Amino acid sequence: MKQKIILRVISKFLIPYILLFALYVQWHGDFGPGGGFQAGVIFAAGFILYAMIFGVAAVREVLPAATTRVLLVIGVLLYTGVGVAGILLGGNFLDYNVLADTRTGGQHVGIVLVEFGVGITVAASVITIFCTFAGRRPEEYKEDYGEN
Amino acid sequence: MAITAIAIARIHDLFAVVMLTGIFSLLGAAAYVVMDAVDVAFTEAAVGAGASTVLMLGTLALTTSEERPASAKNVIGAFIVVVITGGVLIYGTLDMPMYGDPMAPIHHHVANHYLGESSTEVGLPNVVTSVLASYRGYDTLGETFVIFTAAAGVLAILGRSRLPRRHHNDEDGEAGTASSPETSKDPST
Amino acid sequence: MEQFPGLVPYWAIIVLMMMGLYIVIAHGNLIKKIVGLNVFQVSVFLLYITMAKVEGGTAPILAEGIKLYSNPLPHVLILTAIVVGVATTALGLALVVRIHNAYGTIEDEEIDKLEDQT
Repeated sequence: MKQKIILRVISKFLIPYILLFALYVQWHGDFGPGGGFQAGVIFAAGFILYAMIFGVAAVREVLPAATTRVLLVIGVLLYTGVGVAGILLGGNFLDYNVLADTRTGGQHVGIVLVEFGVGITVAASVITIFCTFAGRRPEEYKEDYGEN
Repeated sequence: MAITAIAIARIHDLFAVVMLTGIFSLLGAAAYVVMDAVDVAFTEAAVGAGASTVLMLGTLALTTSEERPASAKNVIGAFIVVVITGGVLIYGTLDMPMYGDPMAPIHHHVANHYLGESSTEVGLPNVVTSVLASYRGYDTLGETFVIFTAAAGVLAILGRSRLPRRHHNDEDGEAGTASSPETSKDPST
Repeated sequence: MEQFPGLVPYWAIIVLMMMGLYIVIAHGNLIKKIVGLNVFQVSVFLLYITMAKVEGGTAPILAEGIKLYSNPLPHVLILTAIVVGVATTALGLALVVRIHNAYGTIEDEEIDKLEDQT
């Protein structure tokens, strides 16, 4: 699809706004609809659009496979880390009340960090799944199973 | 939505079926908005009409794009099962409260506590986020693990692409073994 | 049967659910089965969200001056369920690609025949 000039120009124009909108949804999940899952999927959609028009190799230059794998794990570790921090600071697992001086402040810190972890994992996961599907050539089955 | 579902059942061209699934998810998201579920509508529109449709199109590109017309087998048996299950479910709804009833039991126990105490205990306007991340945060941890497992599972099932490795193997002077499976395990892909 | 007008939304959603179930059972093509599963899933979520709606309430985002909200608890459960649903769909589609590599077809009758031969 590299030859379609309109697609190339419009997507180059739109993708930064898609990523910006994903970040907006992520941080404003407390005040309106939104939160970690929606933001992660929209962020991944920006990358998928880039991959559809410019090819999976172009996305792999921006985000190597090792980086997405590391990002997948970082999100889950962030969530669990917030939970363990609750234990270390004297409360229960995933207790946000002890994370700051006031109760609602601690809740706010905990929720923002936790949603960020979820957003990172969901974005990395959808990008990984799409690039695995798209990076596979259709005739590879001959190599997998020989003559069948 | 019913018309879309019937069309999905009857059409054999798989590309059209995938597009109709995207439309069905989008109509579902619109229905969620009508029911005041804005967070759910957002997620369904992004995930169902976006990511799901893209993945199905990717699968179509890797397999075939046409359904064999003779594949609608044992239609009568399926119809009987569906009618019996639908009948049992409708019999089950006869005990349910009216649509939109404010006196229904589910609105009076935990949900009242969440709606009433959320502003003092958590301090966020969006009650769904506060319930998801704070009151029921443990479930959300499990869900994050599920999404992580799905990505790991797809990586394990489909593997990584071997496209650039061939040239390097030939340059190293090895007798170019055709399909050496260990090239796909290279960590530097 | 005096509850007839209040229960009609549930019945309409059950009809949609049964259409999804029919697609899963009666079609042999694997991708169509996964599509039918998605249709079934969306209608199940619609059933739960319908149960959560309160007449005269608004979306459960706290604001000044609004007294009646829809029940947020099913919304939370369905959010989790949607994400889990896309996870299973992705894994199912990956398995379909592998099955196509191994057997060359994705119709389950032909796969049964190939299995019987080997």
